[in-house]
This record gives sequence, C-alpha cells and structure tokens, in this order.
Amino acid sequence: MSDKTLEKKDRVVVRFAGDSGDGMQLVGSRFTDETAVAGNDLATLPDFPAEIRAPAGTPHGVSAFQIHFASRDILTPGDHPNVLVAMNPAALITQVGSLERGGTVIVNEDGFTDHNLKKAGYESNPLEDESLDDYQLFRVPMTSMTVRATEEIEGITARDAARCKNLFALGLVSWMYGRPTDPTIKWVDKKFEDKPPVRDANLAAFRAGYNFGETAELLAVHYEVDPAPAPPGTYRNVNGTQALALGLIAASVQSGLQLFYASYPITPASELLHNLSRHKRFGVRTIQAEDEIAAANMALGAAFGGQLGVTATSGPGMDLKAETVGLAVALELPMVIIDVQRAGPSTGMPTKTEAADLLMVLYGRHGESPLPVIASRTPGQCFDAGLEAVRIAVKYRTPVILLSDTFLANSSEPWALPEVSKLPDINPAFTTDPTGFEPYKRDRNLARPWAVPGTPGLRHRIGGLEKEDVTGNISYEPENHEHMTRLRAERIALIADDIPELEVDDPDSADLLVLGWGSSYGAIQGAARRTRRENGARVATAHLTHLNPLPRNVGQVLGSYKTVLVPEMNMGQLVKLLRAEFLVDCESYTKVDGLPIFTRDVMDEILKRVRP
Amino acid sequence: MSEERSASVGRASTAASENGGDVLKLSKADFSSDQETRWCPGCGDYAVLASVQGFMPELGIPPDKMVFVTGIGCAGRFVYYMDTYGMHGIHGRAPALATGVATSRPDLSVWVVTGDGDALSIGGNHLIHSLRRNVPIKVLLFNNQIYGLTKGQYSPTSEEGKVTKSTPFGSQDQPFNPVALALGAEATFVARTVDTDRKHVTEVLRAAAAHRGAAFVEIYQNCNVFNDGAFDAVRAKGEKEHNQIRLEHGKRVRFGPEGERGVVRSGPGHLEIADVADVGEDALVVHDAKREDPGLAFEFAQLSQRPTGPTPIGVFRDVDRSVYGEDWQRELEDARAQVGPEELEKLLHAGDTWTVS
Repeated sequence: MSDKTLEKKDRVVVRFAGDSGDGMQLVGSRFTDETAVAGNDLATLPDFPAEIRAPAGTPHGVSAFQIHFASRDILTPGDHPNVLVAMNPAALITQVGSLERGGTVIVNEDGFTDHNLKKAGYESNPLEDESLDDYQLFRVPMTSMTVRATEEIEGITARDAARCKNLFALGLVSWMYGRPTDPTIKWVDKKFEDKPPVRDANLAAFRAGYNFGETAELLAVHYEVDPAPAPPGTYRNVNGTQALALGLIAASVQSGLQLFYASYPITPASELLHNLSRHKRFGVRTIQAEDEIAAANMALGAAFGGQLGVTATSGPGMDLKAETVGLAVALELPMVIIDVQRAGPSTGMPTKTEAADLLMVLYGRHGESPLPVIASRTPGQCFDAGLEAVRIAVKYRTPVILLSDTFLANSSEPWALPEVSKLPDINPAFTTDPTGFEPYKRDRNLARPWAVPGTPGLRHRIGGLEKEDVTGNISYEPENHEHMTRLRAERIALIADDIPELEVDDPDSADLLVLGWGSSYGAIQGAARRTRRENGARVATAHLTHLNPLPRNVGQVLGSYKTVLVPEMNMGQLVKLLRAEFLVDCESYTKVDGLPIFTRDVMDEILKRVRP
Repeated sequence: MSEERSASVGRASTAASENGGDVLKLSKADFSSDQETRWCPGCGDYAVLASVQGFMPELGIPPDKMVFVTGIGCAGRFVYYMDTYGMHGIHGRAPALATGVATSRPDLSVWVVTGDGDALSIGGNHLIHSLRRNVPIKVLLFNNQIYGLTKGQYSPTSEEGKVTKSTPFGSQDQPFNPVALALGAEATFVARTVDTDRKHVTEVLRAAAAHRGAAFVEIYQNCNVFNDGAFDAVRAKGEKEHNQIRLEHGKRVRFGPEGERGVVRSGPGHLEIADVADVGEDALVVHDAKREDPGLAFEFAQLSQRPTGPTPIGVFRDVDRSVYGEDWQRELEDARAQVGPEELEKLLHAGDTWTVS
C-alpha cells in the first residue's frame, strides 16, 4: 500500500503541544482511544496551563498531552517523548527540551509566523537556524493544508477550517503509528451530528492528515507497535478521576448507603464533582457547596443522617477542611475526604502534580487527631482505593483521608474491569435496638454505634467537646481525656490487623529496596524492571497504599534491606515518618518540579546504589 | 468540680416515639433531656429553651424525628438540653451541617440554634447560603449583641462605639441588622422575637415550623453578665409596651399602649413612625408578609437599626418557594431502589471496552 519503510517499535512516547485553544487535549484523548483499540498498553499525561485561555501564542498558554504506548506492559506516561508535535513556536520552545536526543519534531509550519516567534521569545526562526539539528525535523503546513482540504465544504469559513488543524495533526500521527481510524471517525460523527459542516470539516482534516502521512515525501518512516500481551479480561481506558468516581459508586451499591458528595470547585478535584453529578441513577446526590468548609460539614451532616458522606478537594481546600475533619474524628462518624494533591504551598501550581500533603493529612489538625490515610497508586487503582476508604470508614466509624494527585486524576491507563461479585461487602450495621444503647459504647473493633436520627428510642447528642467513654456525656475529667485520647489512637492503630501486609517484589534477593507511595508506583516498577533487565541490577520494590496505620510488617521489611530508597514528590515526608517510626536510616530521593517522577529518575537512583 | 453531663441518651421510648395512636400525645417533658442546664443564672437562653420545649409537643412530631444542630457559643449548649437527636458542631458551621442532615433526610425536622457571633461572624457564609437555597431548616439566632462564652468581646451586632474588653476605646464596626441580612439573602421566612415574651416566641415558632423551607428567627436575648439591658426598650416592663411594633400579616401596623402610634410611608422605600392622631388610621401601612418581593419587609427592617426605640417584631416575610432538595431526594431514593449489582456491572462496562482472551 505504500513504499514507506515500516519500522517496529516496542514503545513510543508522543507529545502533542499547542496553544490552549488548539485542541491538544482532544487530539490526545482521541489518539489514546485509537491506541487502546489497537491493543497497546498505554499511559497518558495531560499537561495544561492554569489559565483557561492564556494569551494566545505565549509560552504560558501551551497545552500538552503525552501518551506512552507499548507492546509490553508499561507503567508511566514516559519520561522523554520520542516525538513532539508542536503547533506553534511557544509549544516548541517550552517542550523541545524534554524530547529525547535525536527525537522527531513535527511542526505546524504555518504557526511559525514572525509574530508568533516573537511571542514565544525566539530571536530567530528555529526552523531556519541550526538549533534543531539534533532532532529529526518535519515541517508540515498543517493550517493551510487543512484549509485547502475543507474548501469544498459549504458553511465553513476559512477561520472555522483553520480550527480543524488539530484533527489534521491527529490524522498524521495516527498514520505514523498505524492507528485505526474508525474510532475517531465514529467519534466525530457523533460529536458533531447536529452540525454537518463542522463534522465534515473535521473529518476532511483528519483524512487529509492521514493521507499526507501516507503520500508525502518528507515522512520517510512509519512505525508499528505490536499489541501488548495483557492478562485476560475486559479492559477499559480510565483516568484516576473516572476510576475514583466508579469506586465511590460501587461502594454505595455494596454498602446500600446513598452517596452524598459535597464539594467546592477546585482544580484538579472539580472533575470528580462533574463526574459524580451525572450519576443520579445510582442515587448519587452532589452538592456544590458555598465553600470548602461547608462541603465538609454537609458531608458530615449527611453521615450523621446515615448516608455515605464524601467530600473532595485539593491542598488549599484541605487546609480549610481541617477543623471539620477534626470534628469527624471526635464524632467518630464514617466519612471520606479525598485530597487530589497539587503543587503548593498556597495556590502553588494548580495544574501541576505533587505529593506533599502526606504529613498534613496525618498531622495537620490540632490535638491528637488520628485517622486512617490511604493513597492510590495508579489511575485504575483509584477504584480500589475509593472502595477501601469507604470500607474502613464505615467499619471503624471514622473519617478516612484518601490521597490522589493531579497526575493520577488526569492520566489514564487500560483498566481491567473488576467482577462485581468479588467486590467487598460493606455493612453499615446501623444500631436499631435501644436495649443497652450508649452512644460511645464500642464493639470489638472499638467502633461506636451508628444510630441515625429517626430511629425510635436512640436519641442522643454528639459534639466536638470531649466525651465521657461509653455514655458520650461531656467530660472534662483528666483521666477520661487521657483514656479517650489513647482509645482514639488505639482504634485507628488496630486497623492494621485488617489491611494486607506490605508486599515486596524481590526476585533476586536484593540489598536495595525501593519503597514508594502514591503515584510514583509506575516509575518505581518501571525503573526496577528496566534496571534488572538492562543493567542486571538486584533491586526490590514495595509500595504503600495504607499510610495510616502502616501495614504490620513495614518495620520488618525495612530491617531486611541494607539500603532503603524512598522516592517522593515532596521534600521527604514518608522518609521522615519511617525514620521516626522505625529508626531505619532510609535514603530519600525527592522531586518537586510539578511533574511526576520519571522512570529514568528512579533508574539513575537505583544505579547509583547497586553494583551490577 | 463534678463532671458536666449533657450529652446522654434520651430516655428510651417515651409515649411519643411509639406511633400507636392517631394523635401523638406529647408533653414538654418529652423534649427535655436529663441534663442540667448550665447557662449563667438569669440568662435569656433559659426562657427560650422553655418556650421551645413547651412549643414542640404541638407539632406532633416525635422527638425521635427531630434533630437540633448547634455551633459554638452559649447558644451552642442548647442541643444538649433537648431530648431529640442532636449535633454540636464547630464554630459557625451549624447551617452547613444541618444542610447535610436535612437534604439527606427530608423525613426529619431539623433545627439550628446559633448566636450572633456564630451565625453572623465566623459562619456568615453558611447562614446566607442556607437561606438563599431554602434548605428545610429552622434557624433560631440568639442575638445578645456580645460574645458571652469568650467572656465579653463585641460582636457583629454590637452597636458602634461599644466598649468591651477587646474594644476599650469603643468598637468602630457598623453592626449587622440580622433581619435585613436574612432578607438580603432572599430568605423565604424572616422573623424576630424577644426571649422572655413566651407567647410571642411561641407564635413566631409556630409560623416558622409551618413554613416550608428555611425559616430565620432572630431572638433578642439578654446576656445579663456581659451585656445586660441591651434590649430593655423592647423587653423591660414599662418600656416594651411603647416600643414593640408587632407585625401581623394583613393588619395595619400600629403600636403603643393604646395603639396611638403607627407606621406610615414617608417616601419611596422608606417608612416612618407617626402618631395615629396626626395621620389618621387610613394612612397606616398594612403589613404583607406574603408579598413576593422583599421590599416592604426590608423597609420594616430598616425602621430601627437597633432595639433602642420602637422596633418591629413578628414575621417580616413568609413566602413560598421551592424547597432545596426535597423532590430531588425522592427521585434519588426511587432511582437507588432500582439499582443493584447488574446496573453496577453495566456502569463499569460503559464506554469503549475490549477483551483480551
């Protein structure tokens, strides 16, 4: 069908970058769907500016989407792109630095006007000088070719037509990697079914890009990535937000508790509100509260009423919710608080990732105020983390904080769908019998009764004032406060008996253990596999999901390795905890640049510590 | 010192909670907890508590179906003295907690008890938003124009120039007029009453309870320790007869021992007080609490900024508007009754899936 060279690749990282108005996120998500259908394993990373529409053509307004796909299982969106598609000079100047040396740069030549070059900060045109000599540069006049391809379509102005250039880029890259075109054609058909001219223009642009790849002289090679061998099962591509929403809904079904979700808009947690608010059919009530504090209180009020109260936010909102979370600790009611972490302090970088809220969620409340903390590790695992947070909250009558981050929330991966019949049962076990009822009498898990208003004969009052053990009466007695403080701590510590032990992956009896938590999972696993394969490194890995209480065997695991390396997207928070708790001198690798930890970063750290 | 006992379980199964008969026989005792009340002797809160406990039986709602939610401040203790379900939250957040309770459980009767610091200072945001949403909660704001629990700082309703521990040279703040604030938030029910006037308090509570949606009731409450006499003009014998302007829907507004004074329109958007003898009865403004636009109610609210002279009390506004979350909750419950593992399975499998065998 073509005389172009077909080259086999086992993994490719492509980054689409353009102005935030250029539709790069759309191109990325379409390409992701095509790739999923092609059967490759994949991971994605959207990267967009905080400003909705920063001044067009400036570096501030650059929006990018990275996808890593491979013929074997992969764990991260990739460190350095092999291919960069840059729609304008600002996209090029901000992104080219991360490209692998010798990588491919495809630019929309039409975007490189003098005006745009100046806005991006280029003194001379990089397409004309030698600055891109290290790369394979392809100049494609995408805008003008798109306009030409859509000329015949009635009801489309040249301006409308130019806006379809992102579909041209998608078509071109789809051809380069032999992606199926059907999913995109169907998607465009449906998306614009009410606007035939727009539909036709987008399809024309897409086909023009695809055909250009096939016929043009300048793209000499195209690539094929074989499907990845995956364990049998049904798969679906999800990002962390979608998986978490599904996990919460599943928890609602499994517990029979109505899901009551209150939150205040904040990047990047708003997406969860948007997602859940569509699920009225599952009885999900969502409330957009007047502020973060109200959202937490509404969820807690609903928990008192006997529902599954959940609120979500990001760092700044966690600061505001702290007092209410403390109240939930005192009230001993089930509640889930989700923190989709972002770069701080203060407003920080709302669209950039970081995992620096760990110590805050563990200790950032006044008084002794212990609660369980769970962290999700991959986009798909957000489903399990959501269920687990609810399971613990309900069983132990406690607020639970679930940590996610910007990277997990936005990036996607194929997710093996769980079997509903194998999901955990969650029993709210409401108290209904007035015989011997006391609001703070505890069961064998030290959990108190959940007696909801409306239950005859169980009227009681609870509040933030210190309570007498068993009766729940207000008490300022010294012995009682001491007792209650220790009881609250013991109750949370006991949960360690109800969570899995820390699993260690150690095929070669290594001296080095890499221990992580949260979204660094993919990078750590990838780095271990590659250094074992490529460098013969002996390295073990383990990853924490439960940050409080920690699994029972953590101390023992730490003690069995000569060196423990803890990579974190903060200044060393878990490592501080481990050192304090277990007196083990763990080594820290920290990264706080707003980007996820890369496989390469961890590989370098491993190689510094092992002799092959 | 003996321990403070205020949070205990209600006496199990009063006659009230057994829904046997057609008419629920309830008494004040069914709403009174066994906890010792611990406000300062002489506090206005005692009178309000007695009125509330005395009024509740007439609603015919079993105490098991009632929830009181409070914040921080002297008024916050109210929850422990009611033998209902109760939640004593954190400072200022009671309306938000109550929103969670009331929207998740429309079968319950939900009451918020708050104070001027709690509702108008630290919790101002939650108050206005619960009112504009028309959440089905009844908010009783005990306004004593002072911070009592923290021992005497000025509050957002204290008069300008108020000398307190935190303002030895007098406060410089313009105070809130709580009724005007509630009206500004488009509250559907707004009223004002006076702590010791049990009959009037009961009338206002009755109207608030009958109202669908959020009801806001400002209660002038005397703090005899830190701000004694703040409401004497409308509360003390010999003065109140001259200064209480009782608003009654559909009636001309006149007041004074002989009804010798009244309220007349002095210009657009402005009311003033006149002698009936001078203006004639026909000139008196007729109160209309049911009027859709809150203009008239607002004019009454502006008639006196502070209760130091003639001051309107009673129901300023009582209009019907859709209640937050009521129909929604029914729909959600119906929907939920129909979902199970199969629907969950379908949801998980929605979108583009592929199978690896």
